[in-house]
Amino acid sequence: MPVGALIEFSNISKTFGPVKAVNDLSFTVQPGRVTGFLGPNGAGKTTTLRMLLGLIKPTHGTATFGGVPYRDLPQPLATVGAALEAASFHPGRSARNHLGIYQVAAGLPRERVASVLEKVGLAEFADRRVGGFSLGMRQRLGLAFTLLGDPGVLVLDEPINGLDPEGIKWIRGFLRDMAAEGRTVLVSSHLLSEVQQSVDDVIIIANGSLVHRGPLSSLDSHETPIVVVDSPDRAALAAALTAAGVRFQAGRSGLLAAGADPGLIGHIAFSAGVEVGVLHRQKSGLEDTFLALVSESGTRESETRGADTP
Amino acid sequence: MTTLLRSIAAEFAKILTTRMWWILAFVLFGYIGMLAGGLAALFAGIQSGAIDPSAAATGGMTPPLGSIPPLIYSFASSVGYVFPVLLGALAATGEFRHQTLTPTFLATPRRAGVLGAKTLTLFVVGAVFGAIALLASVGIGALVINAFGIDPLLGDSETWTLISRTILAMGLWAIVGVGLGTLVPSQVASIVIVLAFTQFVEPLLRLAASLIDWTAQIAQFLPGAASDALVGASIFSATTPPALAPLALEWWQGGIVLLAYAIAATVAGYFSSWKRDVT
Repeated sequence: MPVGALIEFSNISKTFGPVKAVNDLSFTVQPGRVTGFLGPNGAGKTTTLRMLLGLIKPTHGTATFGGVPYRDLPQPLATVGAALEAASFHPGRSARNHLGIYQVAAGLPRERVASVLEKVGLAEFADRRVGGFSLGMRQRLGLAFTLLGDPGVLVLDEPINGLDPEGIKWIRGFLRDMAAEGRTVLVSSHLLSEVQQSVDDVIIIANGSLVHRGPLSSLDSHETPIVVVDSPDRAALAAALTAAGVRFQAGRSGLLAAGADPGLIGHIAFSAGVEVGVLHRQKSGLEDTFLALVSESGTRESETRGADTP
Repeated sequence: MTTLLRSIAAEFAKILTTRMWWILAFVLFGYIGMLAGGLAALFAGIQSGAIDPSAAATGGMTPPLGSIPPLIYSFASSVGYVFPVLLGALAATGEFRHQTLTPTFLATPRRAGVLGAKTLTLFVVGAVFGAIALLASVGIGALVINAFGIDPLLGDSETWTLISRTILAMGLWAIVGVGLGTLVPSQVASIVIVLAFTQFVEPLLRLAASLIDWTAQIAQFLPGAASDALVGASIFSATTPPALAPLALEWWQGGIVLLAYAIAATVAGYFSSWKRDVT
C-alpha cells in the first residue's frame, strides 16, 4: 500500500514581472486526509501547485514531499500523482499510447497502463485518439495519468471541472477512498460547494495569500446558528415562538430562528400544540464564510491598489 | 543512466505513436524519388545522346560525365534535409503546443536529460529518414541511370561514402530541427522559418555570396553549405559554372559545422524555453 507523505510549503512566493501571483504561503497537507485548496480564479492556486511539482520555479521558498523537493524524488510518478488543469495531450495519440509514454519514461510496469484505464472507466476507449474525447473523458485520462505510479500523494487541480453529475459523484468517492487508504490528497477548486462533501481540511487563498486554514468545520460560523422551522399553520407557530421569546424572521422555507437550539424550538412548538413540518439547523454558512474570507481579502487588495493610484 | 535510457525510449514512443513521422517519410520518399528519377533521366539522357542537348534547356548546366550518379544520389540530403528538420522542429514544438511538457517533466523532472534524450532520439530518426531518402535517390536514380547505359557507380567506394555521410547529415539536421523548435516554440512560426530558410533564404544567400570572394568565405559556413560539404556533392556545386564554384569545406569540417549549429540551437533553446516555467 502506498504511503502518503506530508506536503509542506514554506514561505513560497512567485512573482511574474510586476505581479505577485503567490505571496509567502506556508502550510502543510496531511496524509490520510482530503485537503481542499480553495480560492477564487486567479488566486494563485495553479501557480502554487505547479511550484510544488517543480514546473514553476518559486521566487522564494520551498515546497516538499516528506522533506524532498519534487525534482529530487527518486521515483516521482510513484510518489506523487498530479493532474493539472490544462489538458496535456497530443490529440492524435490514443489514450493507451499517451499513458504508455510516461509509463516508459518513469520505468513503471506496462500493466499499469491498462489497470489505470480500467480504474477511471476508460478501458473501452483506450485505443481511440484523445482528440475525440469529451472534457469529462479528458479529466478521467488526466486522473489515469495521476494513478500510473500508484502514488501515495495525489495533487489534483480542479478535477471536478467539466465532469457530469455521475462523474462528480464518482470522483467524490474516489477522493474519499484514496484518503482512507492513507494517501495524501490535495485538491484545488474555486468553489467550496464542489468539494465540501469530500474534504477534511481546507486551505483558502486569495490574491496569492493565505486567508484561512483548518478543518472544514472551522468554516462553520458557530456564533449564530440558525434553525429552520415550519408548520402547516405558520401563524400559530409564529405566535408560539413570539410567546416563548424566540427571535425569528420569516424565510422562504419557513421561519428562521437565530441563536436557537432545534430541541428548544421543537419543545416550544410541542407545548403550544403546533404541528411541525420542518425542523433543522440551517446548513451552515460554510460557503458564506468562504466567500466572506475571499472577498474581504479582495477588498483589502483593491483598497491598497486604490491608495497607490495618484 | 537508466533515466536517460527510459527518456530515450519515451521519446521514441512519442514519435512512433503519432502519424507525423510516416507522413513525412512518405512524402520525402515520393519527392526525392520523383526528383532523382526525373533529373537522372534528363542528365543521363543528354549524356548518352538519347536526348538532344539543344532541346533540353539546361542552360549549359549539364554536369560532366561521372558526376551524374553522386549528384543524383546527393538529392537525399541536399533536397531532402528539410524533412528531418521539420520532424525535429515538430517534435520539440509539439510539446509546447499540446502542453505535454507538463506530464513529461512530471515523469522526468530533470529537464536537461529529457532534451538530451530527445536530441539523441531525433538523430536516430533523422538518420532513418536519411536511409529512406537514399532509398529514393539511389534506388530510383541508379535504375534510371543504368537504363541509359551509364554506370551508376554502385560498386564505387565513393558512392558508399556519400551514402553513409548522407545518413549522418540527415541525423544532424533532425537535431537542428529540435534546436530550432526549442528556440521558437511556436509551431507555426517554427515551420514557417524552416520552410522559408531552407527553400528560399539560404539558397539565395549561397548564390549571392558566391559572387564576392569574402562573402563566399562566410557562405561556406551556412548550414546547407556545410551539409553539402559533409555529403560531398550537391546540385548546388554541380550546376554552378566552375569559375563560380563556391568554396566548400572539407567533409569533416562540414560535419563539425553542422553539428555546431545543431548543438548551439539546442543549448540556446534549453535556456530560452526548455528550462523556463511551465504554466
